[in-house]
Amino acid sequence: MTNALSVAGLHKSFGRTHALDGLDLDVRSGEVHGFLGPNGSGKSTTIRVLLGLLRADSGAVQLLGGDPWRDAVALHRRIAYVPGDVTLWRNLSGGEVIDLYGKLRGGLDPARRAELIERFELDPTKKGRTYSKGNRQKVALVAAFAARDVDLLILDEPTSGLDPLMESVFQRCVEEARDAGRTVLLSSHILSEVETLCDRVSIIRQGRTVETGSLADLRHLTRTSISAELASAPNGVATLPGVHDVDVQGNRVRLQVDTDKLDAVLSALTSSGVRSLTSTPPTLEELFLRHYSDETGEEALVR
Amino acid sequence: MSAVAAPAAGKRQLAGLATLLKLALRRDRIMLPVWVLVLGVTMSSGAGTVDELYGTAAERAKVAASMTGSGSLRALYGSVFDTSVGGLVAWRLGGFVALMAGAMSLIIVVRHTREEEETGRQEMLSAGTLGRRAPLAAALLTALIANTALALVTFAGLASSTQDATGSLALGLGIGATGMFFAGVAAVTAQLSESARLAKGLAVAVLGTSFVLRAAGDAATTDSSSVLNWLSPLGWTANIRPYADERALPLILLLAGAALLAWAAQILAARRDVGMSFLPARPGPATGRLTSAYALALRLQRGTVAAWAAGFLACGLLFGGMTGGVTDLVGGNAKTAEIFQRMGGNKALDEAFLAAMVGMLGMVAALYAVGSVLRLHAEETSGRAEPVLAGAVGRLRWAAGHLVIAFGGSVLVLLCGGLGLALGYGKSFGPVLGACLVQVPAVWTLAGLAVLLHGVVPSLTQAAWGLTGLCLAVGWIGPVIGAPDALLRISPFGHLPKVPGAEMAWTPVLALTAVAAALVGAGLAGLRRRDVG
Repeated sequence: MTNALSVAGLHKSFGRTHALDGLDLDVRSGEVHGFLGPNGSGKSTTIRVLLGLLRADSGAVQLLGGDPWRDAVALHRRIAYVPGDVTLWRNLSGGEVIDLYGKLRGGLDPARRAELIERFELDPTKKGRTYSKGNRQKVALVAAFAARDVDLLILDEPTSGLDPLMESVFQRCVEEARDAGRTVLLSSHILSEVETLCDRVSIIRQGRTVETGSLADLRHLTRTSISAELASAPNGVATLPGVHDVDVQGNRVRLQVDTDKLDAVLSALTSSGVRSLTSTPPTLEELFLRHYSDETGEEALVR
Repeated sequence: MSAVAAPAAGKRQLAGLATLLKLALRRDRIMLPVWVLVLGVTMSSGAGTVDELYGTAAERAKVAASMTGSGSLRALYGSVFDTSVGGLVAWRLGGFVALMAGAMSLIIVVRHTREEEETGRQEMLSAGTLGRRAPLAAALLTALIANTALALVTFAGLASSTQDATGSLALGLGIGATGMFFAGVAAVTAQLSESARLAKGLAVAVLGTSFVLRAAGDAATTDSSSVLNWLSPLGWTANIRPYADERALPLILLLAGAALLAWAAQILAARRDVGMSFLPARPGPATGRLTSAYALALRLQRGTVAAWAAGFLACGLLFGGMTGGVTDLVGGNAKTAEIFQRMGGNKALDEAFLAAMVGMLGMVAALYAVGSVLRLHAEETSGRAEPVLAGAVGRLRWAAGHLVIAFGGSVLVLLCGGLGLALGYGKSFGPVLGACLVQVPAVWTLAGLAVLLHGVVPSLTQAAWGLTGLCLAVGWIGPVIGAPDALLRISPFGHLPKVPGAEMAWTPVLALTAVAAALVGAGLAGLRRRDVG
């Protein structure tokens, strides 16, 4: 499988601030890749390097087989970008801006444009200054999803300000883009959105990639919650490796277990006779919190 | 009925005023002192200059007679009411500083009212315990503080050097009151438009109209007593007549006008929603025809170019129409002739006057050109450039779209000014239009400086205004206060031949064109290399 974009050891400083400190990112062709990280971790900086707006201090960046700085114009014909905070010209209508953005790429598919305006319930005749935040996002989203001949969509927190109904329209649009063979880089804080859409995710912190892989891969590294009702009192489960937070009340037991140590725990439970069992995989939230929170994150890892 | 007692209407409408005022003064902690000091020092140093140039009463009477002998000169500088040192300072600098105080005040008021609403910052503030009338009141108070400070600096600086406390007080109060009048004008225009740019533009149009009315009135009468003078707030300022027979009526008119405008603005503000205006937005087309970065730049700037072109045509017509009167000028005064020749540079006074007007249009056109170049900066810092540059648009092409309009537009604007001058004068179309084109390289040089700053040191882009303002001040006031040629030559305009009339000199014109091209080239090279956004 080829990579639509690959970044290795990317560094970028603004004065004394090291915004990117050796970031790595690989996005395979045709996948939807989640790009996660706390505020100020360098997501937008990375995206702006990918767009050739910022020049990397060092590191290798390759985008659709080209160099984002040197080949910016040629590459941008094949890229659609949606920023997290869309600012419009106050005296241009939404429809004018959609068409302008389209013209500045490879052009728009008029039927698709009309369909998307309908689906996003956007009034294209309003002037830039009269749109709400959500509606400004829609202008950029319609332009991006209606773009013709685009191979890569770069979406930087694209759904900020959208209502849940529009959020689901957005999710369908991303799925359609993937079905059409497009690659999507999706930076987002809406974890359910990432969980639904993304094939793989990269989590960054302080300008560095801390985790990357499929959601299944990432889950494997964390704990599963188990709650069971047994025929008799649990037997030695608490002493098994990888088991945490054991809470025994009579024949009931609740515990957390490192996902790769699940096997031994299930055997031990079965030996006591299982009446009922619930197993909850770690949520993306838990994954996230582990990587996001500075101190507690470190603790969780060593514990 | 609600169980919670609603606060009585009209109460606490000014809640939070002190906090907002502190915020405004904190935000303007550099801008306000610079405005006040530059204007105040210009004003108070004038006495020394006049004293140096025209030491005796006889010399002063002579210059006053010759400078006000012609309608065209009175149109530019106003009437002389008294030939004391103070009187000449008030005549030569008072009108200019009052005009600038008006500009300062309208910038302050729009900055703290409509600009706050337009950017959405006001919403956050208004969600706090803030009275409905507090934002406008805080903006007006900020302007009041600035204008009071300017009046005090003027009074303090001139009272000792002119030995005339009453006259100095009248001059200081006149300048401060003029500032407050235009603060009131801006307070009203800020209610009318949703755009800070348009609000400022409307207020500047009122300021410009006042200047033109005052100029026309002074051209018609020798003592500013024309009806036109009394229609213009700047005419009121002149009619306070500091150092002569100081009059209270014009000062009262200015202050009452300021109060009335502020009151009207408060009523309008209380009746509208935050962020909204009385000039509602109309729907636009559902599909667009903009197909390139060039088309976008033209669409964004076309209104500005058209307004400047129309303004230049009107000013040209006015100045051209006054030109014939220059021959009435008392020719015997060597000093006046010298001043005029340094501005216009010729023996034939009609042509010298035309050349001076062409030079002035050139300097004002530089304001257009620099403002147009700085659109690049505004597009970039607002985040609007980012999605454009994320399209298949190279940085150079994006910048070129705006630069074509800045550089080409300044030629257009100057030609409109020249056309107006020639039409008003009724002859010499070729030489006048040619003279306007001679200004172009100097305009381009200042615009090129702005391109350089934007491309290489984007954080200092706004300094382009400072440099342009400096060149304008040197060119406008320098010849009259007898500044040395070396000083006049820091401005690119100081190098141009004084056409029409003087011998055409190609060397400075070509050299400045080359300098402008080099500045633009260096700026664009910097833009290609640096981070954007």
